[in-house]
Amino acid sequence: MYETQYHRAASVEEAARLMGEAEDGKFLAGGMTLIPTMKQRLASPSDLIDLRRIEALKGVTVDGRTVRIGAVTTHYDVSTNEELAKICPAITNLAGHIGDPQVRNMGTIGGSIANNDPAADYPSALLALDATIITSQRSLPASDFFIGLFETALQPDEIVVAVEFVAPDKAAYKKFPNPASLYAMAGVFVAKSGDNIRVAVTGAGEGGVFRLKDAEAALAGNFSPSALDSLAVDPDVLLSDMHASADYRANLVKVMAKRAVAEISNRPM
Amino acid sequence: MAKVELFVNGRAVTGEAEDRTLLVHFLRENLGLTGTHVGCDTSQCGACVVHVDGRAVKSCTMLAAQASGSTITTIEGLSPNGELHPLQVAFRENHALQCGFCTPGMIMTSVDMIRRHPNGLDEATVRDQLEGNICRCTGYHNIVKAVLDASDKMGKGAVKAA
Repeated sequence: MYETQYHRAASVEEAARLMGEAEDGKFLAGGMTLIPTMKQRLASPSDLIDLRRIEALKGVTVDGRTVRIGAVTTHYDVSTNEELAKICPAITNLAGHIGDPQVRNMGTIGGSIANNDPAADYPSALLALDATIITSQRSLPASDFFIGLFETALQPDEIVVAVEFVAPDKAAYKKFPNPASLYAMAGVFVAKSGDNIRVAVTGAGEGGVFRLKDAEAALAGNFSPSALDSLAVDPDVLLSDMHASADYRANLVKVMAKRAVAEISNRPM
Repeated sequence: MAKVELFVNGRAVTGEAEDRTLLVHFLRENLGLTGTHVGCDTSQCGACVVHVDGRAVKSCTMLAAQASGSTITTIEGLSPNGELHPLQVAFRENHALQCGFCTPGMIMTSVDMIRRHPNGLDEATVRDQLEGNICRCTGYHNIVKAVLDASDKMGKGAVKAA
């Protein structure tokens, strides 16, 4: 690891100020991507501004069906939140299957979405849940927040404070993890509230997380796995790499979507 | 340089380290606690797992400065009076180690796992929960047996529905 200067911020304001003073700073949350990247010398920030101990960024609040998850809430704390599990088990289940137990003990939702890894799990959930991302400067919908591979709408000194969403009537997340890295090779989050159906895909898109609007349309008339039998996922917009070709991923997306719908609708594939 | 203040295995310690120093190197080199191992450079193997404020964490993926102010338990802290921890006993009795390099991390992860599963463990859960720990001798079978054995003996009444 190259040299760096560590700063522990006590507040969001202090963190933003420290970032302003840094030559080439990076915010540090759980560090589950940033520290390994720095160890490999693939990142060399002059300064690290640690957000993990800022009280205002911690915790899950459930008010009726409105959910707020603080940015530095760990995957473990999301996965074991009983109130949240009652109204949106899809997201606690998703959090409980990110990486390995040690990653879940340190990794945070804010860090995950700010990094916007194309194979991260949370972006698909927030897009399908039509979540609002609250930052130190503004609020914006997930659809405006996630821009591309490892790219978000965040400005250099802008900090994710929390995410908010209204729990859907029903939701499910199904992923096909790479057996070695555990990152999703295709992950599909389906959320249904009344007639409003949203389907978001992670792990597969060459531009990162995206909505699968053809699937949403097909499910609108017939919310069952068979409605997706004739779904054609366009491989031209999917990643192709050593782990899976775009065609293979296109099929995985369809299968994961059907599994998610099967779980929600309680109908066989 | 960062000032690092930790409470390690029941003892308050203070030291200085470069800001980029990883917690595992601080534990091994500054404190001499060489039971915590470094088995890879990619945060994958889990040989470096310690407990930070009661949770299993890869100490190779956390800066010492980041941990400052925390309570740390390393493998040395599991048997403060020289009497082996029930998991250490279970690893010995089930021959859950071959070369032994991964063992400290396996045990620290398993202590955390048993704590998080008060109603007991089954084989599938143990294998799933050991995802972040690699045994390069591939001795997983006996490791899983040892964790289940310890879970039973620690009075958790393991639910071993096969």
